[in-house]
Amino acid sequence: MKKKKLATVSLAGCFGCHMSLLDIDERILDLVELVEFDRSPINDIKKFTTRCDIGLIEGACCNEANVHTLIDFRKNCDILVGVGQCAIMGGLPVMRNAIMHSDDPLRECLDEAYLNSKYVYNPSNEIPNDPALPLLLDKVYTCPQVVKIDYQIPGCPPSGDMLWRALTALITGTHFQTSYEYELIKYD
Amino acid sequence: MNKSVVFKIDGVEVTATPGQTIMEAADEAGIYIPRLCDVEGLDPQGSCRLCTVKVNGRSVSSCTQPVVDGSEVENNTLEIQCYRRDLVRMLFHEGNHLCPICEASGNCELQAMGYRLGISKATKFPYLQPVRPVDASHPDILLDTNRCIHCGRCIRASASVDGKHVFGYIGRGIHRRVGVNAENLAKTDALLEDKAIASETCPVGCIIQKRNGFCTPVGKREFDHEPIGSSIENS
Repeated sequence: MKKKKLATVSLAGCFGCHMSLLDIDERILDLVELVEFDRSPINDIKKFTTRCDIGLIEGACCNEANVHTLIDFRKNCDILVGVGQCAIMGGLPVMRNAIMHSDDPLRECLDEAYLNSKYVYNPSNEIPNDPALPLLLDKVYTCPQVVKIDYQIPGCPPSGDMLWRALTALITGTHFQTSYEYELIKYD
Repeated sequence: MNKSVVFKIDGVEVTATPGQTIMEAADEAGIYIPRLCDVEGLDPQGSCRLCTVKVNGRSVSSCTQPVVDGSEVENNTLEIQCYRRDLVRMLFHEGNHLCPICEASGNCELQAMGYRLGISKATKFPYLQPVRPVDASHPDILLDTNRCIHCGRCIRASASVDGKHVFGYIGRGIHRRVGVNAENLAKTDALLEDKAIASETCPVGCIIQKRNGFCTPVGKREFDHEPIGSSIENS
């Protein structure tokens, strides 16, 4: 069987879902028999070298670089899978949208992080604004709000077993959502 | 008058006593009908509509509808399960339900209903991300209305069991939320021992007992191994 091409990326997330991918342990040897990693932090390839069959997205979109990356993944992947709570419903990054109870949550978030908190040491009293920094979005957007997502694997992070089950189902062309077991799928 | 009522749920014959609701009869027969606003010990409210079944082709909430002799009830059909899935999805989307940071995770009935109904496909609704208050004023109790699903269980428990009327609805429509009958929770007469505060009353993580969070390890929480409703199905 021809090897499938697999790409992965982390947007606004904690890389926990990628860590969880490593939790498939020795089955990663089986995985590399089935797939060839393209753009991914696993092999440190930073740009697509070819069109991929499967793209795994971890994290939400909190800056414009995240949006460009996500759109790039949608263009270059046949199947796009949202992995983890951040990709699906915003996870922890999305807390800055509403839970801060502010009329201007982004401004308040930055003020708290760089200026007002009593634990911050910031002699310049400036919020970082280097042109090299990606522009922050007004709020955090989930992946399905930006592009079409074909499948989603809930969890924070999904377990290695869950990722293994989902990946092998996608690679072999079976409908993986019917293969979920109760204890594998968790939202937390 | 005491003659028993016989009706069918998904083709299975169920015998009930007159005056019982469809849900009560189904529970006794070991048939689980999903529900969120109904809980044992409180009057049914029929508001979450998750327990909607079809009786002779008409949709009714099974927690409030009395059994009718000879009726045919549809419960576990594809059409009704799809409605239930959408209802649970909408509850997730209307509040700020962030399972990874919620103390009720693993014991949450909304989350467990998501598992039971198999909600794992990409969503078709927008996340509303409403701005809702958190009341941490009480020394023992936290009220986080971001997680409230408006089941009214705390309201009914406080009124009919505790006799305190601590909780009530504020606002209308999409802006409705649970509020307290004072400036904040600390200024009410709510106590940790109240039925309204008991962990089995609030189905989600809206009413939280302080200093009690995350005390059950993953794997030993209520819905870690068996779907919600298993206790009824296995009885």
